[in-house]
Amino acid sequence: MTGEDLKSLPLDDIHKAAGARFGGFAGWSMPLTYPPGVMKEHLHTREHAGLFDISHMKLIEVSGPGAIALLDRACPLDAAALELSQSKYTFLLTEQAGIIDDLIVTRLEPQRFMVVANAGNAAADEAHLKSLAGDFDATVTPLDRVFLAIQGPAAADVLLATGIETGAMTFMHGLELRRDWFLSRSGYTGEDGFEIGLPEADARTLVEELLAHPRAMWIGLAARDSLRLEAGLCLHGQDITEGTDPASAGLMWAIPKEIRSGGGFIGAEALREIVARGPAQKRVGLKPEGRQPVRSGTALSDAEGKPAGSITSGGFGPSVQAPVAMGYVHAALAKPGTRLFADVRGAKIPVDVAPLPFTPHRYRKG
Amino acid sequence: MATTYFTEDHEWLLVEGGIATVGITDYAQEQLGDLVFVELPQVGRVLKKGDTAVVVESVKAASDVYAPVDGEITEANTALSADPSLVNSAATGDGWLWKMKLADESQLSGLLDEAGYKAHIG
Repeated sequence: MTGEDLKSLPLDDIHKAAGARFGGFAGWSMPLTYPPGVMKEHLHTREHAGLFDISHMKLIEVSGPGAIALLDRACPLDAAALELSQSKYTFLLTEQAGIIDDLIVTRLEPQRFMVVANAGNAAADEAHLKSLAGDFDATVTPLDRVFLAIQGPAAADVLLATGIETGAMTFMHGLELRRDWFLSRSGYTGEDGFEIGLPEADARTLVEELLAHPRAMWIGLAARDSLRLEAGLCLHGQDITEGTDPASAGLMWAIPKEIRSGGGFIGAEALREIVARGPAQKRVGLKPEGRQPVRSGTALSDAEGKPAGSITSGGFGPSVQAPVAMGYVHAALAKPGTRLFADVRGAKIPVDVAPLPFTPHRYRKG
Repeated sequence: MATTYFTEDHEWLLVEGGIATVGITDYAQEQLGDLVFVELPQVGRVLKKGDTAVVVESVKAASDVYAPVDGEITEANTALSADPSLVNSAATGDGWLWKMKLADESQLSGLLDEAGYKAHIG
């Protein structure tokens, strides 16, 4: 993709002024790093609070008398079972149970939900939901918002200093703090934190207030990726795709039991078949021996040299202080401790199947 | 007397007595970000100009460093195995990558001098 094809974030000027280095991601020109660099940014987030501009992601409102039925059809979800302000991690699936996107759905009102979609899939997700909305009495409305994340053990303190009280909120809850503001306690780092969707003018003020806190600083997309990889969280397009399903991806925990057996979501039959016969491949954590990172796309083989799977995300974990990766391996090889080998430029690097996450989650569960 | 040359691929060469010490420029290390691993070349390996000599790995990505001229590797900077961040902190000093015996010194005339390199990176 060439530079002129990339869209700029609404706060592009602020990132430029902060000295960001930019790169293309999912059609957007994104701040990859700021002057401290990926290593310091990553560690700062785990110790203090990191501010991320994630406006490449899309907030989509689903509302109306048929909103629950629409979501229950599009996602393996029991939307009616969600309490007000409760959020749920879920998916849009194909008829074959392939993952079109992973989403977070929050119930704002009995018949109004907020859906957070990934950047690269936002347009496809919107089209998919709109095409289904015709069958239900529901409206799908993409929202024009700046989307920020504040992540890390000091995130709540930093928000409090700007007058935003979050004390009673627990992980995976969201609410409309004021008109056109959506605040949820969630994130993509494994740390406590919040995501905030709000109008651009409000965002400009809030960013200034947040950064005035001594424990807050801008964090780029590079550290966002290393943080989520250490936390064992999937990146759609790499770790989950239309070619993978929730069972192979080890994400069945996101689907309520009664929905697995009785839900009428798109892909239900295919997913039940996959679960019944057992997935052929499973997503696992992978820890390379030594210091050399193994990257996405690297082939894995077993002790006898037979193909075992491949890496879908790999890099260096600044908190782990070692390379970390995840990928798919044959189900028989998915047990933690299994020794595999990654083919890196002709050399066989020993890689052990490892439990995820690499760094413990520190969510505020209440 | 030692002479420093540069390439458009953001490498520097310090040439003295037919041996070139090669590294990446400060501009290059800044672009790459924090390095976490350097795959060093075998001593004795014979390289043609443009062959991959070293792979430097940042948190996010792996990047090739090419042989700027023909020659044979005489030494690799093994200090980088323990501390790859030397390339970030001292790209043109302790963060050098390898030394090579030049096969054809006339190739040096095709490289940039410091002023030429500065003009190249703007």
